[in-house]
Amino acid sequence: MANHDQNQKPGVFDNPRNVKRVIYGLYAVCAVVFALDIVSWIQGMAGAHELRHPERGWEGFPGFYAFYGFVACVLLVLVARELRKVLMRREEYYDDE
Amino acid sequence: MMSSIPPAAVMILGAVLVPLLRGRLRTAYVLALPLAGLALVLSMGDTEFGKTTLFGYDMTLVRIDGLSRLFGWLFHIAAFIGLIFALRSPRNFEHPVALVYAGAAVGAVQAGDLITLFVFWEILAVSSVFLVWARAGERAFRAGMRYLVAQVGSGALLLVGILVYADAAGSVSFGDIGLDSPGGWLIMLAFGIKAAFPMLHTWLTDAYPESTFSGAVFLSAFTTKVAVYALARGFAGEDVLVWVGAAMTSFPIFYAVIENDLRRVLGYSMINQLGFMVCGIGIGTELAVNGAVAHAFNDVLFKGLLFMSMGAVLYRTGNINGSDLGGLYKSMPKTAGLCMVGAASISAFPLFSGFVSKSLVMGAALYEGYDVVWLMLLFASAGVFHHAGIKIPFFAFFSHDSGIRVKEAPGSMLIAMTVAAVLSMVNGIWPTLFLYPNLPYEVTYQPFTSAHVISQIQILFFSALAFCGLKLTGLYPPELRSVNLDVDWIVRRPLRRFALSLGGAGMALRGLVVRSGMAVTNRVVRTAERRTGPGGVLERTWSTSVSVLWAAALLAFLLILYFVR
Repeated sequence: MANHDQNQKPGVFDNPRNVKRVIYGLYAVCAVVFALDIVSWIQGMAGAHELRHPERGWEGFPGFYAFYGFVACVLLVLVARELRKVLMRREEYYDDE
Repeated sequence: MMSSIPPAAVMILGAVLVPLLRGRLRTAYVLALPLAGLALVLSMGDTEFGKTTLFGYDMTLVRIDGLSRLFGWLFHIAAFIGLIFALRSPRNFEHPVALVYAGAAVGAVQAGDLITLFVFWEILAVSSVFLVWARAGERAFRAGMRYLVAQVGSGALLLVGILVYADAAGSVSFGDIGLDSPGGWLIMLAFGIKAAFPMLHTWLTDAYPESTFSGAVFLSAFTTKVAVYALARGFAGEDVLVWVGAAMTSFPIFYAVIENDLRRVLGYSMINQLGFMVCGIGIGTELAVNGAVAHAFNDVLFKGLLFMSMGAVLYRTGNINGSDLGGLYKSMPKTAGLCMVGAASISAFPLFSGFVSKSLVMGAALYEGYDVVWLMLLFASAGVFHHAGIKIPFFAFFSHDSGIRVKEAPGSMLIAMTVAAVLSMVNGIWPTLFLYPNLPYEVTYQPFTSAHVISQIQILFFSALAFCGLKLTGLYPPELRSVNLDVDWIVRRPLRRFALSLGGAGMALRGLVVRSGMAVTNRVVRTAERRTGPGGVLERTWSTSVSVLWAAALLAFLLILYFVR
């Protein structure tokens, strides 16, 4: 079973530099896919419709998905934080049933 | 004749012998049953047999066609994977119960008429509750009771619905039912309970996390997917389902963000995934129904994988709260890796299974002009990655180091998770291998266009960016030991207080049911535990038969209660 032995060899993410690397990696991927989207949008404008085929105009706007994904998640978390104030109870709340 | 054996019988009847066997023979037999069932189904191809007439109604015991084909395969595969995972279960009645449960799921999706469907519908309810009760203790018992009431309630609604429908339609054949008659509405409501429609969903998020480490794996595979199949068979193209489905994708993700019990997070996430399927069924075009079926298939694999990884954590650490875990990647690196395959699949990363099936539903929503629904689904897609894709692995395996040091998950669990992970990736990389060709309709959709891949990667990585930003700025809500109120609060608080205030016979009866029920379950569980050692053959048979008898009695009691009330 679980034992709380702190004297094991440190893991990859015990080194803060490795955590930073992951975060910078994420920034880099975001930048690259955003750039790719703009390239594809320009190609679409230039007539290469097989590369970009939005069903609706607004869906084909460059960065639409990036923006939507980011805003959706921030809203999700901020609203969920507020919901906690209404919905959250102590762990034993139902225990006296 | 091999071809006249109903496939469901293999696992259901086969389960009877399990308590007589021990050791390796038992293991081999338990694992062979779903494989034998799968071989039987595959050898049959599309077929119909077992036709009889009862009370003047034509019944068909087995019907395998385009819609039920994949579900039949799926349930055998899920049973096989789940049983490998459950080999470590200390409760030796869990294997036969799971086999009966899986067999009932096969029987239900292959039922050609509503009466046969009803019979398997009830076996599903009564067998599965033991996977919750097997956890033992009062919490599990009460959660199991609430679960059973919901399941049996669904069965009772289905029965009434069938009677009303059959009277009007003059037939009990299970085809398109529609909502033109009151019977149709009752039947849809019965399906809706098992499919976890909004407001009818709490049995799922309540009971699944209270089940055993392996029980949740089985529970996540069968009940809700049978309901999805039933909705697809009876109510494809009903507009109301589009909106019900869209609501199901959206509301649970808020709960998932603030929930601490990681298996309960998966429960909410499950309703979210079911929403995509229900929505696809509601849209009802060939593309959309294909999407619903394909997503059901993939969901069983990746949700099973996620429940297995959390089950393995629970098994090793005895804890599954996000607030208490963290840093387990050091002790359980393989489990962490497999969990992330499940997380990538549910999040619909390109080359993982969710991508090729969710795209079908979302594409259909846009083609049919459901723009608002599409935006809701897109919001939910981003949210899935947030709460299931990132939160589950992050708080269990990474985050701050909780200091918990355990052994890696046992070999059998790793094998089960690997099988699910490989299948998820095969479907994600090569959907035309066996997923697409076996969907109800021909698939012309091409998921891997550069525009689609780029937009999906944008959604996912900018969601991750949002998580990262919220975490770094401290805006992300911390994991706290807590419960969050859901709609079942109405029953569990004000209604209960009202009943209490009435005093008298009602509460006395309830107390009697709860006390005697607990006494019996505890006895069954204890006996089963005591007899895990050698020499317990006879006693094991006894405990299983008692469980079955008691379950039957309980079902009868609840049904009477339901009708008398």
